[in-house]
Amino acid sequence: MIPAKFDYKPAQSKEEALSLLTQYGDEAKLLAGGHSLLPLMKLRLATPEVLIDIGAIEDLSYIQDKGDVIAIGALTKHRQVEQSDILKEHIPLLAHTASHVGDPQVRNRGTIGGSLCHGDPASDLPAAILATRATLVISGPSGERKVESDAFFTDFWETEVKEDELLTEILVPKYTGESWAYQKFNRRAQDWAIVGCALQEGDNPGIGMVNMGSTPVRAANAENALKSGGSPKEVGELADSGLTPPTDIHGNESYRRDLAKVLLQRALEN
Amino acid sequence: MSYPISININGNTYDKSVDPRTLLVHFIREECGLTGTHIGCDTSNCGACTVILDGNAVKSCTVLAVQANNHKITTVEGLANDDGSFTPVQEGFRQEHGLQCGYCTPGMLMAATALLDEIPNPSEQEIRENLEGNLCRCTGYEMIVRSVQWAAQNPDGIPVQIGENS
Amino acid sequence: MSIVGAKVIRKEDPNLLTGRGQFVDDIQLTGTTHMAFVRSTEAHALIKGIDVSAALECDGVIGAWTAADLELPPLPGVPGLERPALAIDKVRFVGEAVAVVVAENKYAAADGTELVIVDYEPLGAVTSIEEATAENAPLLYEELGSNTVAEVPTEDDHQAIFDAATHTETIKLVNNRCTAAPIETNACLADYGPAGLTVWASFQAPHHLRNRISAWLAIPQDQCRVITPDVGGGFGQKINFTPEFFVAPVLSKILNRPVKYSQTRSEAMTSMYHGRAQEQEVSVAFDNDGKIQALKVFASQDMGGYADGTGMGMPVLTTAMSAGCYVIPNVSIAWRNVLTNTTPIAAYRGAGRPEATYLIERAIDHIAYKLDMDPTEVRRRNYIPKDSFPYPTHSELAVYDSGNFEGALDELLNIMDYQSLREEQAANRENPEKPLLGIGFSSWLEIAGFGPPGSLEGFGHLGSWESVQIRIQPDGSAIIYTGASPHGQGTVTTFAQIASEYLGIDYEKISVRHGDTATIPQGIGTMGSRQVAVGGEGVKNASLKIVENAKSIAAHKLEANPEDIEVADGSLFVKGTPSKNLTWAEVATFSFQRLELPEDMDPGSLDTTILQEVPNFSFPSGAYACVIEVDRQTGDARIRDMYLVDDCGTVINPLLAEGQVHGGVAQGIAQALYEEFTYDENGQPTTATFIDYLMPGAPDLPSYISGRINTPNPNNSLGAKGIGESGSVGTPPAVMNAVVDAVRHLGVTHIDMPATPQKLWEILQGGSK
Repeated sequence: MIPAKFDYKPAQSKEEALSLLTQYGDEAKLLAGGHSLLPLMKLRLATPEVLIDIGAIEDLSYIQDKGDVIAIGALTKHRQVEQSDILKEHIPLLAHTASHVGDPQVRNRGTIGGSLCHGDPASDLPAAILATRATLVISGPSGERKVESDAFFTDFWETEVKEDELLTEILVPKYTGESWAYQKFNRRAQDWAIVGCALQEGDNPGIGMVNMGSTPVRAANAENALKSGGSPKEVGELADSGLTPPTDIHGNESYRRDLAKVLLQRALEN
Repeated sequence: MSYPISININGNTYDKSVDPRTLLVHFIREECGLTGTHIGCDTSNCGACTVILDGNAVKSCTVLAVQANNHKITTVEGLANDDGSFTPVQEGFRQEHGLQCGYCTPGMLMAATALLDEIPNPSEQEIRENLEGNLCRCTGYEMIVRSVQWAAQNPDGIPVQIGENS
Repeated sequence: MSIVGAKVIRKEDPNLLTGRGQFVDDIQLTGTTHMAFVRSTEAHALIKGIDVSAALECDGVIGAWTAADLELPPLPGVPGLERPALAIDKVRFVGEAVAVVVAENKYAAADGTELVIVDYEPLGAVTSIEEATAENAPLLYEELGSNTVAEVPTEDDHQAIFDAATHTETIKLVNNRCTAAPIETNACLADYGPAGLTVWASFQAPHHLRNRISAWLAIPQDQCRVITPDVGGGFGQKINFTPEFFVAPVLSKILNRPVKYSQTRSEAMTSMYHGRAQEQEVSVAFDNDGKIQALKVFASQDMGGYADGTGMGMPVLTTAMSAGCYVIPNVSIAWRNVLTNTTPIAAYRGAGRPEATYLIERAIDHIAYKLDMDPTEVRRRNYIPKDSFPYPTHSELAVYDSGNFEGALDELLNIMDYQSLREEQAANRENPEKPLLGIGFSSWLEIAGFGPPGSLEGFGHLGSWESVQIRIQPDGSAIIYTGASPHGQGTVTTFAQIASEYLGIDYEKISVRHGDTATIPQGIGTMGSRQVAVGGEGVKNASLKIVENAKSIAAHKLEANPEDIEVADGSLFVKGTPSKNLTWAEVATFSFQRLELPEDMDPGSLDTTILQEVPNFSFPSGAYACVIEVDRQTGDARIRDMYLVDDCGTVINPLLAEGQVHGGVAQGIAQALYEEFTYDENGQPTTATFIDYLMPGAPDLPSYISGRINTPNPNNSLGAKGIGESGSVGTPPAVMNAVVDAVRHLGVTHIDMPATPQKLWEILQGGSK
């Protein structure tokens, strides 16, 4: 219930945050909405010595139409992503997926950046980021760099963002298609997905899967089948192809495999 | 290490120095003596700790007090009208028996208040979905739903007579 | 207009709706210290050593103790098998308290516990009855030679009847381990001072706790006070003795400061007693008409790591109630209690009766499967007819008081369109686009209103009565003091309603006090659905006694005969001459004034205490139906409708009664579809937080469609049976019968609770049956 002690360093700007990250290195963790990190700290599964609070950096929270892409500041809350008119118009999959994260209270605090950087294969938004083929903008001591979404998630709870870096922006291509869906299968409404499937159809279709691997993953083989004009059933059959879903108390591997197929097929049919 | 913070709760400003790891819910309950907000779990599931922060419902167990520095909070103690009369949400819970032991109730009231601010006339499904972050073990939720519906239908909060036979 | 039976909104609510409730952790005393436990991370291990030195160095820590440092008798329990307050040389379940730290604040206490080093030598762990009873199983108590701590064989297995029967069915059932998990965990605040000990506790029975703490600490009862302020839910889980209630007072005495304990949820999940965890082998013999000739039940009760007295009693209640609503001429019961390296088991809402109802209602449906008969028809053919009461059963404990089981079923079918549902079910089966529909019934009755003399003594309580004291104040208002200890039931409201009805005093002028051993006469507490059936009856009787005395006073002052005095609307008047009247205020004032009283009456007569007894348990009953939809591809089962007909006799407040049913039904649905407390092969709990232990939220549960019939309780004058546990008793079989019904066409006859999507998916894939 009670986190271990830490030093608290609020940052007022991106530059200050980066400077603190450089100063404290692996002793420090970033605090944004806190809804991935604080639960771990309360169970003492995470015990950073320094917490760099970036939650007050207002100019990292925005949703802007930049022509071909929508630029979303990393500190934009799920609630804002969910309710954004710009996103509902241009990237409805993302807005809709955000509405499935946790519960309303969680969505009022959690940030898209925080969720992505947590790198949890059980989270909803990473699957949407993969399906929408977003680009992640990472800031560090030597400036900005861009990483494609499918290179962003490197290992279980690990991402491309280095110790001295900060995810600052997510660039999501506008979606001009008509057909998208997020299918989330869970027990209780507030639960993590047992399996989830985020889909954007089109010339370059994206299918992002939740809880189908040790990282957020794309169903690449299914995407190819979709591109080649496969039927919902045919494409659905490949939802788990090339993937290794986990077995845990909420579902075993074979159940998850089948769920993935069902969810993808439903996403394609609806 | 002690960090100075200033938080406005229910219209009053509390200036304290806290251990930065202090959870907002503990700050509210122990530093400020406002014990209406409750703790029911340690994994951010139950919502008993729900307060309204800058107009939004949040789980105060998953916010550090230092994160709320210079922000504005409403807790259940600050819900009633200035003259002490109940808001429609409070009255709805009373009229429709939306509480039994009362432990989850403050969190429910705050979540329901935030819901009605956003959706003044919610459907049953919308009510249930927007209370998904608040667990109750006593009521089975049906009467909580009726309580919120009562509040939506009675925005002036007019109570009925006692003793009506059902 | 009668206030008993009226929908009255609660007196309890204004405080609770404004954050002015007082739960244990809300109470602030100067100088309070905070206690935290070091808990076992091993399921079964010897303790080789505990090192608290680092904890003692921690900022803010005042002290750290182990069993070796404190003289602690074991907690009240089964002799020889008691749960220790702090583990002595061995731990028997993950979460068992091993050491205790006290600090200046909660944060330092948590830090301190992290620094205590315990050296464990793991032993093999047994996490199921099967493992615990296997040959060469590791033993929780070497000296016992077995993990089976009690075994009660059947007196007559009726084998001849089974052999001769046209049909027999044997089924194995699991009643899954659950935890009540009230939203407020255990909490206590102990303040030991020169004048004695005061303990605030989140508990269901203050006097019971006071008596135990007093004995345990060897303090006379007059110097020991227990207060149960607002309590955030109990469900039977807060009637049990866990270490904190005893350790906090001991440490308060040592430190000469108040000691507070606010349990975290993770601790509560393994420390607070679990419920259910019973396995059953059930055989039923029946003829071609579906008439049951014999029933055989063997119940195996998982006790967890320590044998609690109440836990020992669970299979007793289960086997006593196994025949349910039915005429069963030959019943064989047997049971055993088995220790495992898991959290100990005690009562959880229903306490042994959900297990009984589940087994008989599943057996009934098996008969329906075998004979291809409608499940409602099988029930009808076996019901105890409504003129058969009092109805003795195979068990001395269970002499059913009254019931109309067929009437409840008829009412149930009245409020649901059964025919259409069957048609819909058939149509859906043919249409792969549609979910599979299942319809399940539960005809249930349960044993409540605890209880007749001796019944609660058997569970370690002082008596089986409940105390009610009523005092009329000089201004004519009334205060009721009761040993009942509500924690959500609305007893303050219902008792005030009853008193208002029989005193003729305005409901607004009646208060009810409970939860303080200093001011309440002896009490037993709240459990076993007894508040209205026992306590409420006491309120009525105490009220009538006071009215008798009030009438004597009024008669004296009005120069009339006491028999000619009537009471209504706050006044006492002469029958036929209402102008000759006195207000309650006037009569109450006179009651304290010698010169105003009749010669044979002393001052203070409008004050009476009753320890209300009842001659028998009560037997609420009902009929529930569940309509469930199963997603053919994912296996997800969602309840579309729950139909509930309850028969609890007289209802004091229909709003509150309905609330109790809803709450119990929700927990019953949760047991059937969502909840199970599980362990891995090493005895590590895998569902020890609210992330993994799936208590449903609002979107996960349906609306409820309620009906009611009323078969009065013949054993109290109110006619009330109580309703607190009914929902959790009647619901799981209705849901599970519906789930199986949804996949009956695949040849399925049984699915164990909880009916998870994966289980159903495996069946739909053609896998396990």
